[in-house]
Amino acid sequence: MVAKPDNIPIVAMLFLLLFFTWLSIHKAVINDKLIDAGQDVENKKEAKELVYTWPDLVFSEFICTIGVWCLLLAWAIVLKAPLEEPANPVDTPNPSKAPWYFLGLQEMLVYYDPWLAGVVFPTLIIVGLILIPYIDTNPKGNGYYTFKERPFAITTFLFGFLILWNLLIVYGTFLRGPNWNFFGPYEVWDIHKLEVLRNVNLSEYIFREFGLNGGKLPDNPLLRESLGILLTIAYMVGVPILLARKWMKKTYEELGAARFYIMAVLLISMAALPLKMVLRWTINLKYIVAIPEAFFNI
Amino acid sequence: MAKAGFLESLRKSQAWKSIFRHGPPNNSRNKVLAVLMNVFLHLHPIRMKKSGIRMSFTWCMGGITFFLFLVETVTGVLLMFYYRPTAEFAYSDIIALREHVPIGIMREVHRWGAHLMVISVWLHMFRVFLTGSYKPPREFNWGIGVVLLTLTLLLSFTGYLLPWDQLAIWAITVGSNMARATPFLGSEGPGASLLNMIMGFDVVHSGSDAFCVAGGPRGGRGDSAPLLRFALYIYPASAALLMAVHLASTYDGGISGPFVRLR
Repeated sequence: MVAKPDNIPIVAMLFLLLFFTWLSIHKAVINDKLIDAGQDVENKKEAKELVYTWPDLVFSEFICTIGVWCLLLAWAIVLKAPLEEPANPVDTPNPSKAPWYFLGLQEMLVYYDPWLAGVVFPTLIIVGLILIPYIDTNPKGNGYYTFKERPFAITTFLFGFLILWNLLIVYGTFLRGPNWNFFGPYEVWDIHKLEVLRNVNLSEYIFREFGLNGGKLPDNPLLRESLGILLTIAYMVGVPILLARKWMKKTYEELGAARFYIMAVLLISMAALPLKMVLRWTINLKYIVAIPEAFFNI
Repeated sequence: MAKAGFLESLRKSQAWKSIFRHGPPNNSRNKVLAVLMNVFLHLHPIRMKKSGIRMSFTWCMGGITFFLFLVETVTGVLLMFYYRPTAEFAYSDIIALREHVPIGIMREVHRWGAHLMVISVWLHMFRVFLTGSYKPPREFNWGIGVVLLTLTLLLSFTGYLLPWDQLAIWAITVGSNMARATPFLGSEGPGASLLNMIMGFDVVHSGSDAFCVAGGPRGGRGDSAPLLRFALYIYPASAALLMAVHLASTYDGGISGPFVRLR
């Protein structure tokens, strides 16, 4: 698994991420101590100094280029590019996996339907990333590593980038086997592994488990899913308002209404994934709103 | 002494002067000219903050990404000499490439380079975020960077498709099946019936998937692959264009670093 040629970059990425996360936090801690002591950040002195691009920058670019090129050549000589059987539309491999860098999105399919996991969330990721500089008005921490001057921005980004994006890629590559079942690191990928499907929709919880309406699901889907729809609206609208009025009042005053609500909607959209994960793991919740008649499942 | 004399006379020759057009870059004026008068180097600023070229600060990831883009473009063009992007020939062309080209590592370089480029783009974004380098005046350039990141993934995605083996067809299928779930537009997305009612058909239907793009059996469009060819030319071209903007505006805004009042 780990030694499969196409998986080597993912293992390499894991170690690179660990190293660079350590490096940036390490540098941030040094800078934070300097800031606390009322001194200039580590690289401020050198920021005052101008050097010529030729030779200073061009030289390190050149060295870097040679380094990467040597690595790439050695890699290409040692490992042959894999080629599988010819494409066969009637022979579906199990599991079928997306390209490795999209496995986080494919993992999201476990918890959300394709219209959310494959279309809405990726769009929100791209739009949200582009909007970051316009949402984050904190003038501090521009051009140096720091944590204390922007704890919220860095925590949110590290959570999204390391956990929700990269960890899910590693998870999807190494721990998801046939039928997209979970397999432990040394577990054999048994195609007959039984996974009990006992996930329940919120509406089924209300009407079947708690016996509302005599244990029968109402015929009208809107009536049936009314609680789920209400909860979703409360989450998408109510939580941002509560954040603005109560929990993040100071941030709201700093950002202003427009910036804050865009930030809040992006934030709770991001939080929607871990939230649904926890609901799935704890109470086996399948859908909060389940209207398969209109392909509308949340 | 004789050697120095030879170099000296070489530098004074008409041919040398016509190529380099400035003296050796050992004084300020010529260091400026070395960057300014070179079409490849002039995307750089002439001088920059010393802090901004420290490898421990930049991790060199942007530069590595740019270099890998060049590697991918060159090896990609070379591979295209041996390869026809159609369902009929693609696989056998790759086999032929493997069997008939002696000591060939072009496909290997191309493939591992593509993996590496995705990683280096991510690490570049990671670094830029953690140093707060997207903050004014670089907000717009961050946005271009996000578009470039998306383009990198799309470029790699088209590359996955090309060998037309089992990995390709099913990776692409997983990806393109999602398109059918697009709200309102797809045949399996929420609001699908709405658009169908107005327009009388689904915009993204069950036929519009990887097989269609690659001209495979299910799409039923024979051996032509217009969309794939389009992607093969359009993605690198737009990436190259945006990269030029990305680099130039990095240097216009100055490389990121702690704020100092210069002079």
